[in-house]
Amino acid sequence: MAHPVTGSTTAPVAVPAIEVRELCKTYGSNDVLKGIDFHVDQGEVVCVIGPSGSGKSTLLRCVNRLEEPTSGVIMVEGIDITDSETDLDAIRTRIGIVFQQFNLFPHLTVLQNLTLAQRRAKKRGKREAAEIARRNLEKVGLAEKADAFPAQLSGGQQQRVAIARALSMDPDMMLFDEPTSALDPELVGDVLGVMKQLASEGMTMMVVTHEMGFAREVGDRVVFMDGGVVVEQGVPEDVLGDPQHERTQSFLSKVL
Amino acid sequence: MPGRAGDPADGRYIPRVKRSTRRYLVQGTLYVVFVLVVLFVVLSADWERIQPYFFNPEIAASLFPDIVLTAAKNTVIYTLIAFVGGVLLGLVLALMKLSPVLPYRWLATGFIELFRGLPALLVIFAFAFAVPIALEWRPPGGSTGAGLIGLIIVSSAYIAETIRAGIEAVPKGQTEAARSLGLNPLWTMITVVLPQAFRIITPPLTNELVIIIKDTSLLFIVGMALDQRELTTFARDALSSTASATPLVVAALLYLVITLPLTQLVAKLERHNKRGR
Repeated sequence: MAHPVTGSTTAPVAVPAIEVRELCKTYGSNDVLKGIDFHVDQGEVVCVIGPSGSGKSTLLRCVNRLEEPTSGVIMVEGIDITDSETDLDAIRTRIGIVFQQFNLFPHLTVLQNLTLAQRRAKKRGKREAAEIARRNLEKVGLAEKADAFPAQLSGGQQQRVAIARALSMDPDMMLFDEPTSALDPELVGDVLGVMKQLASEGMTMMVVTHEMGFAREVGDRVVFMDGGVVVEQGVPEDVLGDPQHERTQSFLSKVL
Repeated sequence: MPGRAGDPADGRYIPRVKRSTRRYLVQGTLYVVFVLVVLFVVLSADWERIQPYFFNPEIAASLFPDIVLTAAKNTVIYTLIAFVGGVLLGLVLALMKLSPVLPYRWLATGFIELFRGLPALLVIFAFAFAVPIALEWRPPGGSTGAGLIGLIIVSSAYIAETIRAGIEAVPKGQTEAARSLGLNPLWTMITVVLPQAFRIITPPLTNELVIIIKDTSLLFIVGMALDQRELTTFARDALSSTASATPLVVAALLYLVITLPLTQLVAKLERHNKRGR
């Protein structure tokens, strides 16, 4: 691999949760991703940082094919999701995604937000789905909001509901696309707290974020992207504390 | 030439009247003109002659209860049939127009452009008389049923565009969230996109409903049996048998009884939507 993983704390696992090879993504004449090699091992928390427009969100969205990759290979738990024979809907139930804009369904209650996909995609019964939903609401500290509508919640609460919604599908991994960027500063802590708890339970996580504190504290590995390539990666102390590459240094000097 | 406020050159030509006084004078003049026009109309018209022709209480009374129990009832029934049919067909057309399959898009676009471009009266006429003969088709409900199908088709062309706009107004993130949870495209459309789309288009859709209420009057062209008559046909028949315009006035009032609450509802929904954004 082009970028050796230095000092990763997780034990090596046979099949990585996510493995991306030579991924390219082009919009017209605009090269967003220029040959990305990237992986997330099972149980690992990988934080992807970088300036806006560096392609980090596009990379995340390619992992469950919300974006069609132009070329390259994307394996999720050893299954090639760029293969047209792959059952994408089935794979997607195993990948939880949390978006910057929450994207809760505004016409449904919190509980219905959590049970909809369980029932239609996982074919769970009404009672079982509601039970799992309530358990996950409790986990994010919003058990009493089950019957509220999204518009009645604060941004931080909405994002925690979105996390609970993704967790209700019992995913093998969680992808976070700048989950706190649309939040008022005082609400960021609650969401990061839930994410920290998930990490401590051993959830496989890919987190695109501008929260350097979170990356340093929770991340097993930090990946710095710029201009559609992975510039530097390694344990947080090295990448954030002693960046080797000039672009990483210049980025960190602006955000830290 | 009217000068701009604060233009010093202006001050010389305008008499030294305070700005507020001038505003009162202008508004006062407008009120006076209005009162004069109303007085002129009221005083010049020969009410003794007009009143019995347009509103003869005896003729008006003779129209009831049939004008409500048959005519207004049929207007409502035809409206509901045309609206429900129009929404269902319009939904199919809207989905076809958004389909990735090119021939579906062509078909839907052709259908919509054709029937939006034709007069509703001509389409109803064609379905009531030309199509049954050409296809040796016996329409359900006779020529009234055939005319209704024409009305459904015309309204579906308009409603399809409304629904398509509604679907496109649902944020893309909603579809992405649904698909990333593993919902397939069909369930995403049914459970996530369409409920929000219909919420967005409730005001224009109610407007379509009001238009259909009025367009059911075009069904007079098909020639109805007595118990099939809707308001306009009923009033038209009464007009010729009584030689008075009273039935038209009564029918007009009944139309307003049906449409006014709906247009008020549209206004209310639009205010509500604006607040919700």
